[in-house]
Amino acid sequence: MATTLKPVDAVLVGFGWTGAIMGQQLCDAGLSVVALERGPWRDTATDFAAGFAQDELRYMWRHHLFQNLSYDTLTIRNNMDQEALPMRRLGSFLLGTGVGSGGVHWNGQIWRFLPTDFQTKSHNQQRYGKKSVADLTVQDWGITYDELEPFYDQFDQLCGTSGKAGNLQGKIQPGGNPFEGARANEYPTPPMAQTYGPTLFGKAAAELGRHPFPHPTGNMSQPYTNPLGAQMGACTYCGFCEKFGCGNYSKASPQTTVLPYLLRKSNFTLKTECEVLRVELTPDKQRATGVTYVNSAGEEFFQPAEMVILSAYVLQNVRLLLLSGIGKPYDPKTGEGVVGKNYAYQTMSSVNVFFDDKIINPFIGAGALATVIDDFNGDNFDHGGLGFIGGAYIAGMVTGGRPIEMIYTPQGTPAWGLEWKHAAAKNYLRSFSLSVHGSCMSARGNYLDLDPTYRDIHGRPMLRMTFDFTPNDHKMSDYLTDRAAELAKAMGPREIKLNRRIGPWSVVPYQTTHNTGGAIMGDNPANSVVNKYLQSWDVPNVFSMGAGAYPQNAGYNPTATLAALAYHSADAIKSQYLKAPGPLVRA
Amino acid sequence: MARKVNLDRRRFLVGSVAGVAGAAAAAIHDGELGAPPQTIHGSVPWKEGTADAPPGVSGSGYVFFTASEVAFIQAAVGRLIPNDPIGPGAVEANVPFFLDRQLAGPFGRGDHYYLGGPWPKGTPEQGYQSRFNPAQLYRAAIAEIDRYASAKLGSASFAALTAPDQDKFLKGLESGEITLEGSIDGKSFFAMLLQNTKEGYFSDPIYGGNKDMGAWKMIGFPGAHYDYKEWVSRHGERVPYPPVGFKGRPGWTES
Repeated sequence: MATTLKPVDAVLVGFGWTGAIMGQQLCDAGLSVVALERGPWRDTATDFAAGFAQDELRYMWRHHLFQNLSYDTLTIRNNMDQEALPMRRLGSFLLGTGVGSGGVHWNGQIWRFLPTDFQTKSHNQQRYGKKSVADLTVQDWGITYDELEPFYDQFDQLCGTSGKAGNLQGKIQPGGNPFEGARANEYPTPPMAQTYGPTLFGKAAAELGRHPFPHPTGNMSQPYTNPLGAQMGACTYCGFCEKFGCGNYSKASPQTTVLPYLLRKSNFTLKTECEVLRVELTPDKQRATGVTYVNSAGEEFFQPAEMVILSAYVLQNVRLLLLSGIGKPYDPKTGEGVVGKNYAYQTMSSVNVFFDDKIINPFIGAGALATVIDDFNGDNFDHGGLGFIGGAYIAGMVTGGRPIEMIYTPQGTPAWGLEWKHAAAKNYLRSFSLSVHGSCMSARGNYLDLDPTYRDIHGRPMLRMTFDFTPNDHKMSDYLTDRAAELAKAMGPREIKLNRRIGPWSVVPYQTTHNTGGAIMGDNPANSVVNKYLQSWDVPNVFSMGAGAYPQNAGYNPTATLAALAYHSADAIKSQYLKAPGPLVRA
Repeated sequence: MARKVNLDRRRFLVGSVAGVAGAAAAAIHDGELGAPPQTIHGSVPWKEGTADAPPGVSGSGYVFFTASEVAFIQAAVGRLIPNDPIGPGAVEANVPFFLDRQLAGPFGRGDHYYLGGPWPKGTPEQGYQSRFNPAQLYRAAIAEIDRYASAKLGSASFAALTAPDQDKFLKGLESGEITLEGSIDGKSFFAMLLQNTKEGYFSDPIYGGNKDMGAWKMIGFPGAHYDYKEWVSRHGERVPYPPVGFKGRPGWTES
């Protein structure tokens, strides 16, 4: 029997980036807030101190900071004709857990989506005809870039993002990304210094008439103090960002940017090792009364709350919506229902570049240390006759030279034996990789629902993921990989190797942890789970944060957009909802 | 005596409080699962002496592998990464010892694997679908490989084959052309063995492999070096630092 706790104004379910942002925003508005995190407490000095942070085996391959699948996983399949089976070990994506969650072990790649990315359906229909999106279930977001811009800016200020503006208040700036939406302010800190590989990439790109610029990054180019008073140090380029915690307070994370401020507030409480089982609703399902959770000691509690903010990862938010009966589940056969609809991912490929005469030193790296071109992303280029929509950025990137994961060997090299060893010894210092970071368009058969067979340790159905890349994404990726190959060749290497996106989606090789959709936003309840303030259409005191809101995924890393959406939601809660709790958008 | 960085600070967690983690029929390990619930209010809950230092290994000799398994492992990893003047082989880098300690520990127990049933055969895209944890898979697969060598190749064991025949066998496992009895997925085992061998070869020496950081020296990786700021703009120059591990490096012991 659950013990009922003292009511609070807001309960946060999950405590990564969006939980930290909402906690800070709502506490500053004077609300009492409890955050429930199912994983452990984590801080820099204890959990990834500089003295032992650079441990490839422990963090990457033994998954020390990631979700432990023995405790919770999901089932996976490529299409509805298959039987979904459990993801028994991590591979394609590396789920976060614990305080800070994926915000601890991300790369710090901070991107805004393009203005046209928010109108995927109407924009492409208008420019390329109705047929261009006929086989897809893409939608407009119900929000525009201009509405989100101040909140993107707020996240940049929080993180101290290092970069160079390409479009300041409508004026194109030399050295930045000329394709980006207009930004009100320059980045808070200048771009990182570029190492040899990205520099060579930038030169080749410029020679081909492209528009290279430094990757915007949450890895600090210089010390920075953010508006909450949190201080970050300059990045040392140690090459252990992605999949690792930063021991140097140089990577923006909830720990480095929000927690030192938020944890001191008397109206904020964080509870770790507490897993929310479901959102409780009134009998008429019009209102949430709070959440039921169980802690690692096996004790069950009911936490009453005026507002429930789902701020866990995409996959957990969608699962909690389904388990709690909030919103109508999506049915791929009829196309009706919305919860679980439009699950999407990221379409990744790469090109390895091998030199004889140039020492790249790949171990000098950082999560977002790259020179990038955006010429072939979104609708920055004419798709006429190409047969696909969307695109990718192409980055000459050096996130690090971690040798178990990141030794590149030429085409045709076996995976083991003397020939492999010699290739590794010869090429390690003299190679690097161009990353092709592609969009992923939603389609009717790609969705999330509850598994009929497999259950978690609490007896709840696991989430079931049905996903494969669409012909649209394969065409996009092939076209973009060819563009990357042109750039690679222009760098004058001895040889290159293309790693195309081939065959069905597989859970085995690591791709990205950019899962999106399933709790999508839109302009009416028939096409979406939440409105543009991430408020549930069905239960208006429930808000669902994160990339679950994306109706499809653009060719960028998702974090800045989900952070901006959280700030946008918090702003509406503070300025409108608290005065008159109820739907912020009339259906 | 080597000068050591003292990393043996008390591990953050848990062992002793494991019993209270009633929710978890799941295992408790590694600072990730089953820590007691905490309520954090008013300050950052930093505690002295709780750093989550890496779980290095100690001792020598084998605690997981039997004698016949040692023979297989030494032969197999010696073919996956052979020794020559370019750099150490996996045996010379102490990979068999690394594998032994990994399989005797949380990894061997599949501490991060979901192993619950049912277990129908999946598609290749659905990845690992065995009910075995890694320790069970190694044990069962090595026995089946030796049985195959004896029944079909007339050899006493895999280790008793010639090097070219061992290579042929390993290629057969890798491609799936050789299938093992006893519902052992030979391809899946090969993939795990190769991955774990590279892990032992290139991971920090505290885990028992990468002896004398020989694999890092071979490729030019400086190891757990912390700060490259001064090298960022020195394009194309060779960084001259010898590799360093969490416990320092041999040069530090000479004075």
